[in-house]
Amino acid sequence: MTPAEAIEAARRAGNETFILNLGPQHPATHGVLRIKLTMDGEYILRAEPVAGYIHRMHEKMGENRTWAQYLPNTGRIDYLSAMTYTHAYVAAVERAAGIEVPRRAEFIRVITSELNRISSHLVWFGAFLLDLGGFTPLLYAFDDREKILDMLEGITGSRLTYCYYRFGGVCNDVDDAFLSAARDFVPYMRERLKMYDTLVTENLILRKRLEGIGPISKKMCCKYGATGPVMRGSGMAYDVRRMEPYSVYSELEFDIPHYPEGDCMARYRVRMEEMAQSLRIIEQAVAMIPAGPFQTPGVPRALKPPAGDYCFAVEAARGRLLVRVVSDGKEMPYRVRWRTPSFCNITLFEEASRGMMLADALALLGSLDLVIPDIDR
Amino acid sequence: MAHLALPLERVDYARRGVHFEGHVEPAQVVLAAALMEQEGFALDAVTGVDWPQDNQMEIVYDYFHPALGWRVAIRTRVRRDLPEVPSISHVYPGANWHEREAWEFFGIHFSGHPNLAPLLLPDDADYHPLRKDFAAA
Repeated sequence: MTPAEAIEAARRAGNETFILNLGPQHPATHGVLRIKLTMDGEYILRAEPVAGYIHRMHEKMGENRTWAQYLPNTGRIDYLSAMTYTHAYVAAVERAAGIEVPRRAEFIRVITSELNRISSHLVWFGAFLLDLGGFTPLLYAFDDREKILDMLEGITGSRLTYCYYRFGGVCNDVDDAFLSAARDFVPYMRERLKMYDTLVTENLILRKRLEGIGPISKKMCCKYGATGPVMRGSGMAYDVRRMEPYSVYSELEFDIPHYPEGDCMARYRVRMEEMAQSLRIIEQAVAMIPAGPFQTPGVPRALKPPAGDYCFAVEAARGRLLVRVVSDGKEMPYRVRWRTPSFCNITLFEEASRGMMLADALALLGSLDLVIPDIDR
Repeated sequence: MAHLALPLERVDYARRGVHFEGHVEPAQVVLAAALMEQEGFALDAVTGVDWPQDNQMEIVYDYFHPALGWRVAIRTRVRRDLPEVPSISHVYPGANWHEREAWEFFGIHFSGHPNLAPLLLPDDADYHPLRKDFAAA
C-alpha cells in the first residue's frame, strides 16, 4: 500500500489522520532530525524524515582545501567514529597517490579504529536503551567509553573528533603506556559485556520491546543500500573488512556476527557481539604489532595525486563508508564524495515504519543507530 | 559478469577501488539499474561530477554486491547546460535521496523522480553549490 492509499483507506474507514512532527529536537532522535509523521491514532501511516538542519557542505570544503588541509573535516562527519572516517579518506588518497603505509602504522590504525568502534557502539547501547525507557545502562556504558576516550586522547590529543591518521601512516607513534592500556582493556571489557548480557540482553521487558519489532528484510537492505549492523541484522554477513579487505584485517581472526530475524533484537545482538569481536581484533593486533617506522618518509606536503577517480571503502561503526576522490593532478581535490552509512540507513525508515505503532517505531529508529551529521554532512 | 548485457570493463581494484566500470548512455541508466538489481547488487550511491570545460555533467552510479563483494561503477555523461537523466528510484528506492542530493548540489534533473525537492539545502535554494562555477565565500 502506498502512503497515499493508506491515508485514503484510513479516511474511508472514517478514521481521522493527523500530522505529528517528531523533532528536529527530540530525546529519541539524539540529533537534529525531524520526522514528519502522518498518524492514524497511534499507528504510523507515513513517516517522512526531513534532513539538512545541520548541513555543512563538507564535500564543497574538500574542493577549497589542499588534500592534507581537509583531514580535520573527516572526523567531523561522524563524530562518534571519527577514526574510521579519517581512515577512509587517508586510504583513498594513498591509493590515488600510490603511497605505501608501514606495517606498524597499519596495526596502529586497526587498534585505534576498533577501539573507536567499541566506544561508538557503547554510545548506541546507552542511547538505544534510553529510547526504550532504561536510564542506568547509559551511565555504565559511558563509564566504559571514558576508558577508551582516555586511551585515545593520550595518543591523539583529542577525545572525539580525532585527526590522527596521515597520508603514509599516523601522526605520532603509540607508546607502551597506550599498548598496555589497550591490552588491559580487553579482559576488563569482556567482563562488562557479560554483565550487560545479564543486566540487559536477557531482560524480559527489553525482549518484548525488540523481538519481532521493526522487521527489515535482506531485499530492503539491498534496495536502500542499508549496511553495517542493519544489514547484518537481516541475515547478510556483509562486512567491508572481509569483503574488501584493507589494512591488516586479512591477517586477523574475527567473525562477522549476523542474525536472520531482521528485527530490532537482531540489530541489538549484532552490535553487542561486534564489540566482543573488536576486542578479539585489538587483542591480536596489540600482540602482533611490529617495531618499525609509523610513517612513510618523504610524503610531500603539497600532494598532487595523478588525475583520476579513486574509491576506498571501510567498515565504519554504522556500516559501509565509501570515499570517492577525483583528482585533476592539482594541489586540491577536484571532488570529494562521501557515501555515508547513516544516510542510506535512514532512507528505509519510511517503508519499514509503515503501519507501526509510534512507540515501536522509536525502537526501530534507535536500532538504526543514526548519527545526524553523517546524514547531513 | 560477462553474461550481463552491460558494457562493463574490469578495472585494477588495487589501484582504483572498483572491480568493474561501465559507461552507458543517459537513456540506459534505468536498464543498467534493473540489471544490477537482478544480479543481486545493492545500491551504494548516486552522485555527480561537474566538468565545465567539456560542458558535461557526469553521473556516477555505485553498486556493491553484498555476497560477492564486487564493486561496480556505472557512469553516464549529459550536457552540462541541459543536465537530465532518468531517475532509477523506482528500481532502487534508496536512490530517491541520492538523486535529490545530486539535484540540489549539481542541478541534475532526474526525470520521473517522485519528489525532486532539496534534501539538505533550504527549500527555496536556487543555487547548486557543487557546480564548479559556484563560488564559496
